[in-house]
Amino acid sequence: MKRVYAKEEVCAGCRLCEIWCVVAHSKSKNIIKAFNEEFPRPLPRVKVEEFGPFSFALQCRHCKEPPCIEACMTGAMHRETPDGPVLHDPDKCVGCWMCIMVCPYGAIARDETEKKIASKCDLCQGEEEPACVAHCPNEALVFEDRGE
Amino acid sequence: MRFSYIEPEFLIERDLERCIRCQVCVRQCAFEAHIYDEASDVVTADSNKCVGCLRCVTMCPTDALIVRPNPTSFKENANWTGRIIKNIYKQAETGGVLLTGMGNDRPYPIYWDHMVLNASQVTNPSIDPLREPMELKTYLGRKPERLDVTLKDGKVSLNTKLAPQLELRMPVLFSALSYGAISFNASKALASAAYEFGTYYNTGEGGLHRDLYQYGERTIVQCASGRFGVHKDYLQAGAAIEIKIGQGAKPGIGGHLPGEKVSSEVSKTRMIPEGSDALSPAPHHDIYSIEDLRQLIYALKEATRYEKPVSVKIAAVHNSAAIASGMVRAGADIIALDGIRGGTGAAPTTIRDNVGIPIELAIASVDQRLREEGIRHQASIIAAGGFRSSSDVVKAIALGADAVYIGTSALVAMGCHLCQICYTGKCNWGIATQDPYLEKRLNPDIAKERLMNLLRAWEHEIKEMLGGMGINAIESLRGNRLHLRGVGLTDSELEILGILPAGR
Repeated sequence: MKRVYAKEEVCAGCRLCEIWCVVAHSKSKNIIKAFNEEFPRPLPRVKVEEFGPFSFALQCRHCKEPPCIEACMTGAMHRETPDGPVLHDPDKCVGCWMCIMVCPYGAIARDETEKKIASKCDLCQGEEEPACVAHCPNEALVFEDRGE
Repeated sequence: MRFSYIEPEFLIERDLERCIRCQVCVRQCAFEAHIYDEASDVVTADSNKCVGCLRCVTMCPTDALIVRPNPTSFKENANWTGRIIKNIYKQAETGGVLLTGMGNDRPYPIYWDHMVLNASQVTNPSIDPLREPMELKTYLGRKPERLDVTLKDGKVSLNTKLAPQLELRMPVLFSALSYGAISFNASKALASAAYEFGTYYNTGEGGLHRDLYQYGERTIVQCASGRFGVHKDYLQAGAAIEIKIGQGAKPGIGGHLPGEKVSSEVSKTRMIPEGSDALSPAPHHDIYSIEDLRQLIYALKEATRYEKPVSVKIAAVHNSAAIASGMVRAGADIIALDGIRGGTGAAPTTIRDNVGIPIELAIASVDQRLREEGIRHQASIIAAGGFRSSSDVVKAIALGADAVYIGTSALVAMGCHLCQICYTGKCNWGIATQDPYLEKRLNPDIAKERLMNLLRAWEHEIKEMLGGMGINAIESLRGNRLHLRGVGLTDSELEILGILPAGR
């Protein structure tokens, strides 16, 4: 399946991926409204990890055998097709955060803005490419199928 | 001195209705001109630190920023302009030489804008380059006195042994930009673009990074007064060798790469200790005459088995024509002339802004002198220094250049915004820096594509201009000054340029 891959050697650490992720998951899809008028504001599902000059954007890897799906007791964390993205159903989520405990990448975040739930990348379902990839000014994120 | 009298050069204005406090500007400004105040959740700016590179403006996702010249002005004075007063304040505060980057920004006449090209009408047909072949291929190097050929059974064979030549897809090369002055990613972009397009780039005096040897056949390796990074493999790796005597931005003085820019990789490539200042002497201390130059030219030719053309680069100065004649007689296969608008990574402002002559006059006078002496064929001329567009290139060829070096245009294609602070090593665009945080900002793949697009665009435009003149090969335009006319030039300028005024 197509996944988002980071090229850390050209990541400028600007965090525009995080910003556009918020916009993509906002109600208005308008960057100024999303940030200045929508409260609570959605969390970014991609996070730029930094260590000195080293940086890259990390989001759910959509593992082949996802520990989060196995650990989820309500079925909130699920796959719709065997090789589709790992998705999260907020209505089923009870906020036990077992997924966060088992995720080897630390790609799931706690969302306590409304009901206590998990927050993760959905690869911008329905869009041609995820917002983080589309808006990376340095093409440090690519969306491609590497046969993994 | 704690208190400075210098007002900010730019003002940063933020539209608070558009600002989403995402802090991209804060993270992208290496000069820390943007500040996020967490307690009040607002982003503020310190305009004193702004250099006008526009990185923040370009990266701001909501177009909330405007950076504009500070409208605060001194009392109007034709002699004591704001620029002059600020320079005096700076020197009174620091006691130092004023430094700058990029090319001369003073309003000297730009002769390209006072020359117009010809086009065919009625009496001779123009050519449509989209329908008919158009040749821009250019060979640089010594041309033979005459060609000795044998005609046998209807087949022609060449008996003359030709001197080594550089083959260019079109008469534009990337000029000398050293690794050290510019980042590795910028060097790689230039090298790979030249390689893929079919032209050449020049290492400057920065040596050749081991990862760039793969582009060797499209590399001109430079041997400058500091001899940084010059060794046997380096000389053999390139397609040509250039002896750098002078640079248009700073004729008569050497170079100074500050120790801060001498990173571990730069140190290995230049073969100097990490963190040490790389000082190139003003002259080559083994070249005090044309005869000495000849010795170095032939030493380099010997070292490379006479397989590579040797270029000699000088800054265009008052007696360039006589010097060029000496250079050709000393054995230079290519003469590179760098005019007063030539760029640099660092130069004293007063040198950059006041020394040298415009490249247009230098091309014309050198070409004329070499023709008069009957030695024009012995060397090709590459003109450099402020070439901005394809029409500048076409006019330079018509004046007598064989090809043109572009440096600033190439940097601008990669993202340079000409803020002239290259010498600080804090280039926010990742070009003129060795800072590991900043150099990642230039993606070499994107930069390569942008460079190649620029070359392709100029290639199309040059073909269109040639076609309009009814010429189907760049060879036919070289030194063809009848295709140029001067507008708004004095009689002596027209005489030096060797062109007629428009209307005559």
